[in-house]
Amino acid sequence: MLEIGTLHYVVVGALLFLIGMVGVVTRRNVVIIFMSIELMLSAVNLNLLAFSRLYGLHGQVFALFIAADAAAEAAVGLGILIAFFRNRATVNMDEVDLLKW
Amino acid sequence: MTPVATPFFFYLLSGVALLSAIVMVTKINPVHSALALIVTLLACAGLYMMLYAPFMAGVQIVLYAGGILVMFLFVMMLVNIEHLYVERMMNKQWIVGLAATFGLAILMLGALAHGARTLPQHVIDLPEQNNVQQIGQLLYGRETGYYMFPFEIASILLLVAVVGGVVMAKRRV
Repeated sequence: MLEIGTLHYVVVGALLFLIGMVGVVTRRNVVIIFMSIELMLSAVNLNLLAFSRLYGLHGQVFALFIAADAAAEAAVGLGILIAFFRNRATVNMDEVDLLKW
Repeated sequence: MTPVATPFFFYLLSGVALLSAIVMVTKINPVHSALALIVTLLACAGLYMMLYAPFMAGVQIVLYAGGILVMFLFVMMLVNIEHLYVERMMNKQWIVGLAATFGLAILMLGALAHGARTLPQHVIDLPEQNNVQQIGQLLYGRETGYYMFPFEIASILLLVAVVGGVVMAKRRV
């Protein structure tokens, strides 16, 4: 029974990251943008664990820190989303353009 | 060391993860997107299990699929979504965004095609029986605790995030 190569995992991580980036740059809904950011962080974790199988356990510890960062980012982001919805009564990202000019 | 799973499971799990990620990005209703994201994260947890990281697989299920997604669903109940099906799904610059993503895909393809030769061929021995103990040794060990200071920084970051979330969601501070 042969082991799956590291390149396979890295390619899957890159594809998940690209799908998450498509969600971030094309969607209007803020909730889906946050979920796409979570998907991108999970793809980075997959890369770190794939290289952790080659170079030792430090990648797994770093993936743990990235999971903590994802939790913090989701908490603050959803708080900002609630404040935004209270002020504007919308969840569309392209209607927040006060700082653009 | 004998692998834990056959290549069939790798292709099954990565196919499920990619398909439900595409479903997540293309659905209009954010509740459907959240359910698809749960499937993606569970498939990623299976992939972590295949990479000899059972602790990170458990953290992925408990923290992402159990905690963060439940928080997303709660917030979706606070904001109304009834006008969702009559308004546009994409923003105005989506063609530019897709072009930028395509450029990044070309860049990643080049990097993987050139860097695949430099990967080591043999995997090192990561015992699964004491995975949690070894991560704990790296975090808090007396001689091997290289990550104790980053761990404290992460705890301060979580404290700041809790305070920031409360301040942002409060009506008046």
